[in-house]
Amino acid sequence: MGDSEIHKDRMAAKYGIWFFLFTEILFFGGMFLLYSIFRYRNAGAFHIAAAQEDLLLGSINTAVLLTSSFFIASAISAVKRGNNRLAILLQGLTVLLGAVFLVIKYFEWMEKIVRGIYPNSPVLLKLSSGEVLFFGLYYVMTGIHGLHVFIGITVISFMIYFTATGNITRKDYAKLENTGLYWHFVDIVWIYLFPLFYLIT
Amino acid sequence: MGKEQTGTEEHIVSYSTYAYVWLALLVLLGATIAAARIEFSRYSVLINLLIATVKALLVVVFFMHMKYEKRFLRGLLIMSLLTLGSIIALTFSDVWYR
Repeated sequence: MGDSEIHKDRMAAKYGIWFFLFTEILFFGGMFLLYSIFRYRNAGAFHIAAAQEDLLLGSINTAVLLTSSFFIASAISAVKRGNNRLAILLQGLTVLLGAVFLVIKYFEWMEKIVRGIYPNSPVLLKLSSGEVLFFGLYYVMTGIHGLHVFIGITVISFMIYFTATGNITRKDYAKLENTGLYWHFVDIVWIYLFPLFYLIT
Repeated sequence: MGKEQTGTEEHIVSYSTYAYVWLALLVLLGATIAAARIEFSRYSVLINLLIATVKALLVVVFFMHMKYEKRFLRGLLIMSLLTLGSIIALTFSDVWYR
């Protein structure tokens, strides 16, 4: 700890997180491909099903995630300038917005579940196969994305602790930088999920 | 591009740059919602995906610092995107002509 003898390669750490993100690109890419093919085969049903999505809540959630990305990016600039206090505030705001995103997502899911729209539900099975596919993809893709948001919130919370205890400094901030990269990636996934599930009516 | 620094010193992006990027992202969000509501029918999907890609590019280039990274890392990113692109293209070439 704080020993100048310890060699840390920030470059290697950054390449590591990028390699992980490349696997994530293919992971989410596979689901986007599945969506595209089912959408191509069931265009009409997808349009009808997407009308059930709440455009306002989806738009708010997009703005929330974009803003949180702005905050975590600024937090890294703050740490590089030695302003850990501001960095903690900005990371706290990022965690807060991430939580807001999940709470809104919870209400969106609950609203559908209350109306009987959930995987394998009697209501859903009466609909056309295209609509069943749409909601199946909706729950899987927003669910896995939501899991990523939750993991992001958890990791950023640890970064706040590290920034507060002086583990993250202007000389050694690779952890925070990599966490930021992960958070931005999760933001980008949502940037594509939003038009595909909310804007095709 | 040709910067070969491996020390702890690195480009510090100003808060205002991030703020401008953030504003641009919110404007594009407004544009994509407007585009979806105005009913372009055939082209609205394409327009929405184009706007999403511009937003993603803004995030990658500025928030994810790709603008300040070495060419090698940029090349790796492009390679992974091309891999995904070819998987999508090959699958669709099968789906379309079936």
